[in-house]
Amino acid sequence: MNEGLRTHSGGRIDRSQPLRFSFDGRSYTGFAGDTLASALLANGVHLLGRSFKYHRPRGLLGAGVEEPNALVTVRRDAARITPNLRATQVELYEGLDACSQNRWPSLAFDLGAVNDLLAPFIPAGFYYKTFMWPRSAWHRLYEPRIRASAGLGRSPTLADPDHYAPRHAHCDVLVVGAGPAGLAAAQAAATAGARVVLCDEQNEPGGSLLADDPRHAPLVDGQPGPSWQAGMLASLAAHPRVTVLARATAYAFFPHNLLGINQRLTDHLARPRKDTPRERQWLVRAREVVLATGAIERPLVFPGNDRPGVMLAGAARTLLNRYGVLPGTRAVLVTADDSAYEAAIELQRAGVFVAAIADTRAISDPPPGVAGANATQLWMHAAQRAGIPVLTHATVTGTTGRRRVNSVTLARHSGLAGSSVTHPCDLVLMSGGFTPSVHLYSQSRSKLTWSESQQAFLPGAPAERVRCAGACRGVADLAAAASDGAAAGAAAAQAALDPARIGVQPRAPATPPPPVLPPHANHAAHAATPQAGGFIGALPRAGTARGRAFVDWQNDVTVKDLALAMREGFRSIEHIKRYTTTGMATDQGKTSNLNALAVVARAQGRAIPEVGFTTFRMPYTPVSFGSFAGPARGALFDPVRTTPMHDWAAAQGAVFEDVGLWKRARYFPLDGEDMHAAVARECKAVRAGCGLFDASTLGKIEVVGRDAVEFMNRLYVNNWSSLAAGRCRYGILLRDDGYVYDDGVVARMAPDVFHVTTTTGGAPRVLALMEDYLQTEWPQLSVWLTSTTEQWAVIAVQGPKAREVLAPLVDMDLGAAVLPHMSAVTGSICGVPMRLFRVSFTGELGFEVNVPADYGPAVLQAIHASGQPHGITAYGTETMHVLRAEKGYVIVGQDTDGTVTPDDAGLSWAIGKNKPDFVGKRSLSRAALVAPHRRQLVGLRTRDPAVVLEEGAQVMERAGARPPTRPLGHVTSSYHSAVLGHPIALALVAGGRDRMGKTLYVAGARGDVEVEVTGTVFYDPTGARLNG
Amino acid sequence: MLLINCPWCGERPEPEFVHGGQAHVARPTDPSATDAQQWAEFLYLRDNTRGVYAERWRHSHGCGRFFNALRDTTTDHFIATYKAGEPRPAPEAAR
Repeated sequence: MNEGLRTHSGGRIDRSQPLRFSFDGRSYTGFAGDTLASALLANGVHLLGRSFKYHRPRGLLGAGVEEPNALVTVRRDAARITPNLRATQVELYEGLDACSQNRWPSLAFDLGAVNDLLAPFIPAGFYYKTFMWPRSAWHRLYEPRIRASAGLGRSPTLADPDHYAPRHAHCDVLVVGAGPAGLAAAQAAATAGARVVLCDEQNEPGGSLLADDPRHAPLVDGQPGPSWQAGMLASLAAHPRVTVLARATAYAFFPHNLLGINQRLTDHLARPRKDTPRERQWLVRAREVVLATGAIERPLVFPGNDRPGVMLAGAARTLLNRYGVLPGTRAVLVTADDSAYEAAIELQRAGVFVAAIADTRAISDPPPGVAGANATQLWMHAAQRAGIPVLTHATVTGTTGRRRVNSVTLARHSGLAGSSVTHPCDLVLMSGGFTPSVHLYSQSRSKLTWSESQQAFLPGAPAERVRCAGACRGVADLAAAASDGAAAGAAAAQAALDPARIGVQPRAPATPPPPVLPPHANHAAHAATPQAGGFIGALPRAGTARGRAFVDWQNDVTVKDLALAMREGFRSIEHIKRYTTTGMATDQGKTSNLNALAVVARAQGRAIPEVGFTTFRMPYTPVSFGSFAGPARGALFDPVRTTPMHDWAAAQGAVFEDVGLWKRARYFPLDGEDMHAAVARECKAVRAGCGLFDASTLGKIEVVGRDAVEFMNRLYVNNWSSLAAGRCRYGILLRDDGYVYDDGVVARMAPDVFHVTTTTGGAPRVLALMEDYLQTEWPQLSVWLTSTTEQWAVIAVQGPKAREVLAPLVDMDLGAAVLPHMSAVTGSICGVPMRLFRVSFTGELGFEVNVPADYGPAVLQAIHASGQPHGITAYGTETMHVLRAEKGYVIVGQDTDGTVTPDDAGLSWAIGKNKPDFVGKRSLSRAALVAPHRRQLVGLRTRDPAVVLEEGAQVMERAGARPPTRPLGHVTSSYHSAVLGHPIALALVAGGRDRMGKTLYVAGARGDVEVEVTGTVFYDPTGARLNG
Repeated sequence: MLLINCPWCGERPEPEFVHGGQAHVARPTDPSATDAQQWAEFLYLRDNTRGVYAERWRHSHGCGRFFNALRDTTTDHFIATYKAGEPRPAPEAAR
């Protein structure tokens, strides 16, 4: 560490705790309490980064969240690499390993800096104008080059090993920002009885107080700033109703007073504990919100304003007073705001030679003595008394220096007497005034209004239960900000605790009162509020001004770029922003937006409010993906649903597939079998003997009540009145638009009890549709709907031997005379209560055994054991699909697509013809739904038995048809049928049922495939096996 | 994330609810008596209001009830929520 660059004492660093760290591979030493930025400056390192486009050498501009230049990558290990961190917010810890970005091979010698020489050829929007031709160069040349140079920093390539915790919280008053206004607001709200959350982005609360020199601190509430702050913090910490969150950035204002807060818990620790989350994502719903988000100092726009060593005056104060760092040895200040005078005097007191203060304003000489002088004149007087020359009505014509500024040339505004003066220096401090941080307020959709006197957008009418306090609404004076905060906190607490109030529902409160500024202040050095306004836009040019004047440091946007965009016809600020990318970097224009706006306004001869402002978007600062993902990753990314028999299937070697959230056994390969072989074996086993299938994922809804049959009649197309108890029927559900929505077997267990099954994926939406009609159209019906999907384990036993397999286990006669096809009875199996349906989705004699879910595995194993003599074979969804397709049974969502009527699917036989109404009935007679040539479900057989059609392939009338051709339809299901020995397919084909026996063509990967149109039932068309 | 006042359960966050489209669109009591135009309007035509809009919500991850709400589509502020079957409140009265 270069001792000469530290103050002898003071600052909020712990000089007894030196910390070693490295930057770009070189080792340095700093102190506990330092940021990476302050520690580097204390080591004489001013070159901290390269700009994005021109690769210009850059140093610190700011000292906090606004920093656009000093973006670094911090690396803990191979997986823990975080790019694009602001060095001003990276807290130093022992062993911190950081490196600079956007340079190659090194920060000091960067080949990309050639872009800076090419700058005249790559102005704003150059990438829209070049790279146009030759067309073929795009993929080979342009895109790879652009990709290589695009983006800031490098993302880590390994999975993030850290964990992130979400937390939801509620409070009466949420205060954002723990500066003087925020501390006072939190204190006042808590005192009034409110539950308070106070969050602040920094490692310690205090805001602007942290940048003050404690030995010359201004008074707040009659106390010196530091002791007032300490008292506040102690009182808040001890308060049972207050939660203070440090390192917690409120990055988003969501609707209805929900704020997203990103809290960093371990990034400042040398050795984070493994069980501590790295970040916590707070979602805080507050009855009232107080924004005390402060203001950000604005740079001045003059030629050469981006050299390392040119920084904000407030940043220099922070470096000096908070971190004990001398940011330079010889300083020149350029200002449009009184606050820079304070910086100049403090720096000089600390031993920095201040060569001059150049004030852009025209300031008349102070009247004799102090009385009667305005604030600016008092400051000027104080500076002159300290021996600092002040040049008024000044501007900057240029700076010099490659990796650090070494001179600045000052001049008076054009037309004024006096020649330009060049000052050698290694520090140029600038202040264009302060821009209130209204980001969150604007995100809440609350209005911003332009203040002519303050030259700033200030909070206007609120759209949520939110109010602002302190510098973010233009109350800059310390004492005034604190009392403004206290008033806001008390008012927020009163509104939150109003007994007449119902809940958190936001209803806009009245427009806030205008800020009241105190007529006089409490300390000589703070004789009055610094003159508000400052300077916005580009400083006037004078004489031989040369060099680029940067508006947006991070995206390298200059005044010339903005002018070019306007010359090219862009007028709206939103378009100019996108064309030049001003304000679109990771800092979202915290330091640049207002200056860009003013440059545009001046060029267009319009007032700033006429030009408007660009949208403030969340997040306020970048938030890591991990924080948003929280625990929802890996196995917890999505819930997984498994059936009661899942473990059994897994033990049998099942290969699973995802069906919605369910894991379903797809097939059960034996040694060496691929899917094709396994499915062929399973299919044959079911047709020849007996198969065992886990059908538990089918949706199940219990429809119960006096009016259950009436409800079912109104909802499903079928006639349920004619269904006796103890019988089941294949049910079809439409929407009112007449299209098939779901299907499934419905069993009438008792006159007033229906056991409705739905498709696996359709259960929630069918229940929702049922509830919708029941609650909102037919509330007079006495019906109860209960989802029972997970209450029943369902075991399908299918095949000619099914009866023999089940008979020894059940307490009933399974004979066809007693239990014909489509019977539904209750009984028991292995002593377990059971609903037994004689149904089949395979075309074979079949049963579906429903038992309470917990008994599923035991009953399944009993059936499996009982089936051994009959060659019982477990089969999966793939075999189920083939078997049902052989029988022409449709799968809703595969063979239908939301535009298919029952008639299209060949299911009109199911419709209860004599019912006055059911959901969708009226639509079935709409002209479009009875038009000829609708697509109808048919079977397809390939002429070449070796070819299996592609599902989704287009069906065409003629071979070799090329676009533009209207296809007749598409293949919906296609399999090889091992039992039949040839491929089968279902397809929706225009006028399909009139094309029986005709030849059509289906597009395939190797040309068109000739197919014959057939019926949909390929196997056992008479149903003899089904009824056996 | 909106905060929605379920008339049965009180204020709950938006993820507990499912939006149900425009409110007070009654299904014709005898659909067969409607002509094609009337039926098409019932099926497909909905208001696209700028301002106060009556809409249906279902507290699907709570009580499961459908209810109605008056929401200002320009601000997302709820003016009132009320049970299904209850008349639409006058916006002024609801405030």
